[in-house]
Amino acid sequence: MDGSIKTTEIMKSGAEALLRALKDQGVDVIFGYPGGAVLPIYDAIFQQNAIRHILVRHEQAAVHAAEGYARSTGKVGVVLVTSGPGATNAVTGLVDALMDSIPIVCLTGQVPTHLIGNDAFQEADTTGITRQATKHNYLVKRSEDLSRVVHEAFHVAKTGRPGPVLIDLPKDILINPAPYAEPNGLPHRSYRPRTTPDARKVAQAVAMMKRAERPIVYSGGGVINAGPEASKLLMEFVRLTGFPCTSTLMGLGAYPASDPQFLGMLGMHGTYEANMVMHGCDVMLNMGARFDDRVTGRLNAFSPGAKKIHVDIDPSSHNKSVVVDVAIVGDATETLRALIAAWKADTQPQDREALAKWWQQIDVWRSKNSLRFTQNRDPGSIIKPQYAIERLYEATRAQAKDTYVTTEVGQHQMWAAQHFKFDKPNRWMTSGGLGTMGYGLPAAMGVQVAHPDALVIDIAGEASILMNIQEMGTLAQYRLPVKIFILNNQYMGMVRQWQELLHGNRYSESYSEALPDFVKLAESFHAVGLRAEKVEDLDRVIAEMLAVDRPVIADICVDQKENVFPMIPSGAAHNEMLLGPEHKAESGGYNGGSVTDEGLVLV
Amino acid sequence: MVEQNSGLRSATISVLVENESGVLARVIGLFSGRGYNIDSLTVAPVERDQSKSRMTIVTSGTEMVIEQIKAQLGRLVPVYRVQDLSKEGPHLARELALIKVVGTGDARQEALRLADAFRARVIDASTESFIFELTGATDKLDAFLDLMRPLGLAEVSRTGVAAIVRGKATIE
Ligand SMILES: Cc1ncc(C[n+]2csc(CCOP(=O)(O)OP(=O)(O)O)c2C)c(N)n1
Ligand SMILES: [Mg+2]
Repeated sequence: MDGSIKTTEIMKSGAEALLRALKDQGVDVIFGYPGGAVLPIYDAIFQQNAIRHILVRHEQAAVHAAEGYARSTGKVGVVLVTSGPGATNAVTGLVDALMDSIPIVCLTGQVPTHLIGNDAFQEADTTGITRQATKHNYLVKRSEDLSRVVHEAFHVAKTGRPGPVLIDLPKDILINPAPYAEPNGLPHRSYRPRTTPDARKVAQAVAMMKRAERPIVYSGGGVINAGPEASKLLMEFVRLTGFPCTSTLMGLGAYPASDPQFLGMLGMHGTYEANMVMHGCDVMLNMGARFDDRVTGRLNAFSPGAKKIHVDIDPSSHNKSVVVDVAIVGDATETLRALIAAWKADTQPQDREALAKWWQQIDVWRSKNSLRFTQNRDPGSIIKPQYAIERLYEATRAQAKDTYVTTEVGQHQMWAAQHFKFDKPNRWMTSGGLGTMGYGLPAAMGVQVAHPDALVIDIAGEASILMNIQEMGTLAQYRLPVKIFILNNQYMGMVRQWQELLHGNRYSESYSEALPDFVKLAESFHAVGLRAEKVEDLDRVIAEMLAVDRPVIADICVDQKENVFPMIPSGAAHNEMLLGPEHKAESGGYNGGSVTDEGLVLV
Repeated sequence: MVEQNSGLRSATISVLVENESGVLARVIGLFSGRGYNIDSLTVAPVERDQSKSRMTIVTSGTEMVIEQIKAQLGRLVPVYRVQDLSKEGPHLARELALIKVVGTGDARQEALRLADAFRARVIDASTESFIFELTGATDKLDAFLDLMRPLGLAEVSRTGVAAIVRGKATIE
């Protein structure tokens, strides 16, 4: 497709051409699971040393592991699974990567070309099934297309708005000889994402921001995806302007959490100050976020008085749910660089006095201390989940290793986002868009493979962890010392919270019945099992967990009744936040209070 | 969707795509997955070497939704160019219909007279039927079909809309 390809060599088999292409793309590790259709690839893997294969225990986990690898390194994560059930098992991971814009190349086996469409053994219409689950997908029908398609897939996965790309590989294509062509560096015929921002719009944005009296920078996962340079530039820009900065769940770490200009996460479980600032601002710079419904709350009440500037590499993110005043298509690094230059070049003075007043207001909101919680320290007291995260965070700061955190999905995820502070990008891996329970353990596995000497922690819930618990086997096999820190509230806590707030305390099917003994479970998987039952156990268990150089499950028994606050109930506006359980009493109960009927139908 | 729910408009969108398998499914999946309307969709290769196809999609929605549709189409990997004909100045839109009218006597005579007035061609005839071929804008075809209905309209096959911008400007 990409014009003249210089054929360098005929390879003995398609599988060898494939591995050669992966090597030329800089791949050093593949997460996979074998099966009939991909046996030729496994045979070729056996006969080489350049690429390492990590054998997972379920194909979904292979994709999440590749996501963890990709998100913590900035490289493309590679997955290899067999046809039929191998491919269908991978679908959840692909959609997860699609929603969170994670670059993945997923190789799937397929029945031989002459059997496609015959309902052959382990045949599935993989490209059909994954068409809406990937950024793009390919079925290789001719050997001469193979290496070109692989190179193209990597290009599509990592450029523009990153995402998962799937290549379906019929078995005959893998077996027959195939020509190999190196990446030719020519631009793609039709796919040409724009990365350089329009200078006029950058100037317009700067003029708007110079006049701002109540500005905010709202940064998202796009800044992380653009690479560490973008995070540095974000810091520079925020410093230069004196603006406050908030972040989405996906963007945490792009701006240092410990910096005074950072207001914490925004959105449904964001801080009071971040959401009040979003509601009351007069100029908003959205840098690489997508006005997700978890962030905006009720759309017609979202940031009503603000002029909005939206920087996104994907033009379809602009004006999708929120109408903006200046829409800039561009890569975060390039756009931040342009904004900094234009800000310095613009001679218009900034209204520093208004900005100072805005900060005074922010300090008032901050003083509410919306993430506060009360932990009874008396021996025998039950552990508050927030306290467990706080102690974990403190303990990781007191040791030397670089720390990476993944999460599962639920209350523990939100408490981790609120109470674990990230000062660097690529250290925080969570399933934001799809909210996939079972993401955290395999993602942590992928992170640990990429960073063997780092401390990698999966902050988990007792329900979520069971969704991919089989990966304990993978941790053991490859001696990956991942720490699984379970906030065990014996409930699908997030479900229970919604049932409490919206469904009259009817806890339908949300109790975690018949849980395993996580200590014994860890031991049976050759890992270390620890348990903290009372507040006095917590620091000791955390210290032990960090001290062992093996996989650990730490079962932290926490308060079952704790809810995540603050909370913007579905369908409410940012300034209608519930700050805590006491708020419930004040407003006469959630049902009579802020949750509207429209809110009830929202997820 | 959002605040701007009022003001539905119709849009005729031309999409130049790589002529490869699955590209039509991508476009249709995009429309069904995101709940956009398709009023008409046509597609055929347009390059001498068959390498590119052109789709013409007639859709409707609020201004915001139509902008979304264009942006979503634009980000599909095999898409070269998306052109909103309804916005890019005057354009021509035509479709073709094959229309079978069955009847005898006065109704048959009336059908033939109307066909003549609409410049529909008779491309098949039997003692009890005609097949008309009619080319034109969608509303012209609709009007003709309305007239044929009481006169024995039996079957219709329509191509859907093909469209192009007037003047020398091209999609590429
Ligand atoms: C695969 C999947 N199924 C269902 C859900 C819906 N869901 C969201 S949070 C949650 C409960 C999670 O429970 P747990 O892992 O114990 O975390 P907690 O909320 O108690 O911290 C459920 C069922 C989901 N997000 N993902
Ligand atoms: Mg739980």
